[in-house]
Amino acid sequence: MAKNVPEIDGYKYGFHDKDVSVFRTERGLTKTVVEEISRMKEEPEWMLEERLKALDIFYSKPMPQWGGDLNGLDFDEIVYYVKPSEKQGRTWDEVPAEIKETFDRLGIPEAEQKYLAGVSAQYESEVVYQSLEKDLEELGIIFTDTDSALKKHEDLFKEYFGKVIPASDNKFSALNTAVWSGGSFIYVPKGVKATAPLQAYFRINSENMGQFERTLIIVDEGASVHYVEGCTAPVFTTNSLHSAVVEIFVKRDGYCRYTTIQNWANNVYNLVTKRATCDENATMEWIDGNMGSKLTMKYPSVLLRGEGARGMTISIALAGKGQHQDAGAKMYHLAPNTSSSIVSKSISKQGGKVTYRGIVHFGRKAEGARSNIECDTLILDNESTSDTIPYNEIYNDNISLEHEAKVSKVSEEQLFYLMSRGIGEQEATDMIVMGFIEPFTRELPMEYAVEMNRLISYEMEGSIG
Amino acid sequence: MAGSTLEIKNLHVSIEGNEILKGVNLTIKGGEFHAVMGPNGTGKSTLASAIMGHPKFEITEGSITLDGEDVLEMEVDERARAGLFLGMQYPSEISGVTTSDFLRSSINAKRGEGNEISLMKFIKEMDEALDFLEIDKNMAQRYLNEGFSGGEKKRNEILQLMLLKPEIAILDEIDSGLDIDALKVVSKGINKMREDNFGCLIITHYQRLLNYITPDQVHVMMQGRVVKSGGPELAQRLEAEGYEWIKEELGIEDETVGQNA
Repeated sequence: MAKNVPEIDGYKYGFHDKDVSVFRTERGLTKTVVEEISRMKEEPEWMLEERLKALDIFYSKPMPQWGGDLNGLDFDEIVYYVKPSEKQGRTWDEVPAEIKETFDRLGIPEAEQKYLAGVSAQYESEVVYQSLEKDLEELGIIFTDTDSALKKHEDLFKEYFGKVIPASDNKFSALNTAVWSGGSFIYVPKGVKATAPLQAYFRINSENMGQFERTLIIVDEGASVHYVEGCTAPVFTTNSLHSAVVEIFVKRDGYCRYTTIQNWANNVYNLVTKRATCDENATMEWIDGNMGSKLTMKYPSVLLRGEGARGMTISIALAGKGQHQDAGAKMYHLAPNTSSSIVSKSISKQGGKVTYRGIVHFGRKAEGARSNIECDTLILDNESTSDTIPYNEIYNDNISLEHEAKVSKVSEEQLFYLMSRGIGEQEATDMIVMGFIEPFTRELPMEYAVEMNRLISYEMEGSIG
Repeated sequence: MAGSTLEIKNLHVSIEGNEILKGVNLTIKGGEFHAVMGPNGTGKSTLASAIMGHPKFEITEGSITLDGEDVLEMEVDERARAGLFLGMQYPSEISGVTTSDFLRSSINAKRGEGNEISLMKFIKEMDEALDFLEIDKNMAQRYLNEGFSGGEKKRNEILQLMLLKPEIAILDEIDSGLDIDALKVVSKGINKMREDNFGCLIITHYQRLLNYITPDQVHVMMQGRVVKSGGPELAQRLEAEGYEWIKEELGIEDETVGQNA
């Protein structure tokens, strides 16, 4: 029943606008570049010192020898900072027309109308458009780009910056700390619940430009927030690097959900460190969708430090031709009665490679802790591969751990069943694949779910037969 | 002329080089209910799957036409859109796809782009069919066949039949695994379809389904062929006397497809 489905070249959002940047650093990473970034941003001295310390750590750390193949990554070919326009847009009218056009194509204004309480959309390295709805401000919620947060809320910033992911954590957290720019900063005060999700849109739009955003979220006691970011990037021929750091602090009884859909162009190295810490009875949820990129290495983590804290990661990874998604989750049970759940859904097609890599750690104090891990892989053809690499570290006898792993193919019987009702082979395949990732999509705000399904459907074109 | 005509001529079907069907001839017209009976292993389910175009089966000889159109040239989905329907013995489970989304996609696939059923009309039709088949309305929001009992799966097949309104339906062992109440409900659904524009091929190896659905013609399959055809009285005789008398009459010792007469 194989039919030839036309293969569509290129990348859906593969357009890029004329470069309107007003400042960019030289290619390559030197002390001068780091000093220049800090000077351009008019940062306090301590931040420059942090950056320079991190740069030394970056130089001293070897490239990771595990995970994906990083040989194509040349640190000397990357531009580490691009400032897109002179000032930050406050209202939509103030945003430069070209930048606006890019956002228009990505559907940001519509998104805002329907769902947004506050928008923070990142264009190149800096946030250019940001609006906060009044009631958010009235509640005392700070939602701004990270550069502004350093200027306006320096004490709060300094108290948390680098505290859950120090520069020394890994080579790429060191790199990010040295050259970070942009990202979101959120503070939700005690007992305050943000009712609508806070959203940001990220985008790389300059060839060879790394994007090193730094996100810092602090959810105070009993507070709650849902932060959503979606990413899409244009096609370029040389390698790009995206290396973000996301640090989250959830205080006692707090709740934080962080939803990401990343859809990088096929030449992007996506090397991200995400980690949250949960105090007593706090909840952290990572909803993490990884599509595109050449190589993604990303393992959202939760340190369950307070009694009764809960961590959850639901992720999907889709790897096509020439792509490797090395993704997973880490849960550290460091206190009694903590619980965690990991659901990982991976799809590989056209020779793509997906790896689930995860750690569940039960420390000596993790009395009565429990964790549930479910890793499912759907392989669409014989050239594609998958690996599951779970690590369990258990230092307490009184814990419970369940692990379930499943690898399946789109079955002939399922396709036959759907097609016998008149549904074409492509649509039937889409339905099966979308059904497979439904546990992820159902967690998304409605319009992201729609976009996600559209992207999946697009990705599935030409992948059967 | 009322309804469509499905014509199967000298159909030979193989799976992995083994011939299962060895020259089947059958003609089903709109308004007619045919029953194909026979012991296990005589090729009944192969016939059903081959008509619908299951990729596992290879047609080595013969023809299938629907109103003169060559069915064998069509993809599975094209056969469905041309008016064929297969109620499956073992319907697949599709995780993450709700029964109602699947039904709507199927209906729209048949209706074609620009002619999609309105949401209100769809919900109304689906609710009516759910009530008629005494199915819990929650089923529409459950994932397609996932965790369904045997009876629920079969009712779901009939639900699809009623909503898709095919020209010719093939029902493969639709009665297997059903208790008497479920059997009555399923039969009620099939009987409701009966009209001049609807033809049906019911495959079963129990006569009990035919207590509720009266076929116009009954065919007995053995060794990959239709060996005997008759009216409803043939089914009754099979119920009373089993298949032995046919085997004796035709000189068949082993009725399964591996054997030749």
